Amino acid sequence: MIVAKRKPFDEIMDLIKDHKKVLVVGCGTCVAVCLAGGEKEVAVLATELDMARKLKNNPLELESATLERQCDREYLAQLDNRVGEFDALISLACGVGIQFLAERFPNKPVYPGVDTCGLAVNQDVGWYEERCRSCGRCVLGMTGGICPVTMCAKGLYNGPCGGTNKGNCEISADQPCAWNAIYDRLKAQGRLDCILELTLPQEWKDTTPRTLIQPGYKKPEKAKA
Amino acid sequence: MKSGSNLEKVLRAGHFAFTGELGPPRGAHAEEVRKKAAHLKEKVDSVNITDNQTAVVRMASWAASLLLIQEGLEPNYQMVCRDRNRLAMQADILGASALGIRNMLCLSGDHCQFGDHPTAKGVFDIDSMQLISMVRQMRDDGKFLGGTEVDGKPQIFIGAAANPFADPFEWRVHRLAKKVAAGVDFIQTQCIYNMPKFREFIRQANDMGLTEKVFILAGITPMKSLGMAKYMKAKVPGMDVPDEIITRLQGAARDKQAEEGIKIALEQIAELKEMKGVAGVHLMAIEWEHRVPEIAERAGMLPRPKV
Repeated sequence: MIVAKRKPFDEIMDLIKDHKKVLVVGCGTCVAVCLAGGEKEVAVLATELDMARKLKNNPLELESATLERQCDREYLAQLDNRVGEFDALISLACGVGIQFLAERFPNKPVYPGVDTCGLAVNQDVGWYEERCRSCGRCVLGMTGGICPVTMCAKGLYNGPCGGTNKGNCEISADQPCAWNAIYDRLKAQGRLDCILELTLPQEWKDTTPRTLIQPGYKKPEKAKA
Repeated sequence: MKSGSNLEKVLRAGHFAFTGELGPPRGAHAEEVRKKAAHLKEKVDSVNITDNQTAVVRMASWAASLLLIQEGLEPNYQMVCRDRNRLAMQADILGASALGIRNMLCLSGDHCQFGDHPTAKGVFDIDSMQLISMVRQMRDDGKFLGGTEVDGKPQIFIGAAANPFADPFEWRVHRLAKKVAAGVDFIQTQCIYNMPKFREFIRQANDMGLTEKVFILAGITPMKSLGMAKYMKAKVPGMDVPDEIITRLQGAARDKQAEEGIKIALEQIAELKEMKGVAGVHLMAIEWEHRVPEIAERAGMLPRPKV
């Protein structure tokens, strides 16, 4: 899933300092699961902002709404008749949701309430670890299911580098060396031949905004205004 | 002859090569490079010029390489994948060749986190293995990585690093084989302190026929003090400093530790000269350039062959 982390409170305060009436919009999907932007976190942020602004003698009118998904028009439409009365919106969705919300209401300032931190696994409640950079050219088949782009600090395709340190990465004794792990796993599977050949330079796919249209589908004609 | 560099000539003539290293300054003083270079002149066959080593900003390695050429030394221009993408790399390779640089060392580079700009974005558009292959393609096939023709092929003797001591040990010789397949001409190894492990690595390389395809220069860094040895053992990733080295330095009086460190290095060099599959020694006397003449002399490396 996509994981995110709430922005520092002072940063959010600063973003909305010139506004008097703000709608805090949560998202009920990934950011809710990772405890950053669901209904509960929306309520907490709204309460904190309310108290802080009262203390500054600059009260803020606040309302909140948590949509099923901010990356989907169908749910954003639920706000169409509501946002008009607000000066600004704070979104606790991932970067995708924040942008889609801003695109839906182009006349309203939309501020991020979270920093989106990647595509991660759920190790335990509140503990998430990044596993994918969505590079668009998956090599997991050759690397024993361990991503060198994400899990190697240098994103090497022909690792390990000379910095492997007792099985860990040179950057930290807490970070396993991805290529050491790739080696161990492929060896155990009898598949070391997968990494014997030189892997050619990556043809990067994530250097321009990407559009995905699945087979059998097409981009609809431009909607009539 | 692929590049016509002095290092290539020395190695192809069958001499036991001896290379040195020089870290460019953290400023624009050319004089600092010239001063360090003076210690190395005629004492080594080629001098590695490090490229923002340990991810700390320094004078560009191509520029310091050029200063070396002006001083009558031969540089081994180091290039890391951390700081530039494939366009910048190919441009620098052409520029280096045009300026008379004939050796290059292709490296991944230490992670930015180690350096003075820890939050910089590491580029790593290609890795060191792919860099070797790219230089070889430009030189031998006259093609850029993108496939178009190079009008004026760079003449470069292609080097790379090997660390026989980093995990997983049994994979390291295969990684060397990959570099050979990618087109590397010579290898300079990580600093060697664990000689039994290095012997085993070279034995494997000999068995796989790799030492017939690539010149291997064994990396030697004399310990300047017990503190340095302890630091390298504990803090430098991928470094293997056996307890015997620590014990030997501990046994020396404080003002004799540097001498003991040099003695250890000289013993290693003596053994390496006789080791089948080792084509030379790469002396990384870190911030100790002024001791290189003495070490070279005592190691029996002087005079350097004229080829």
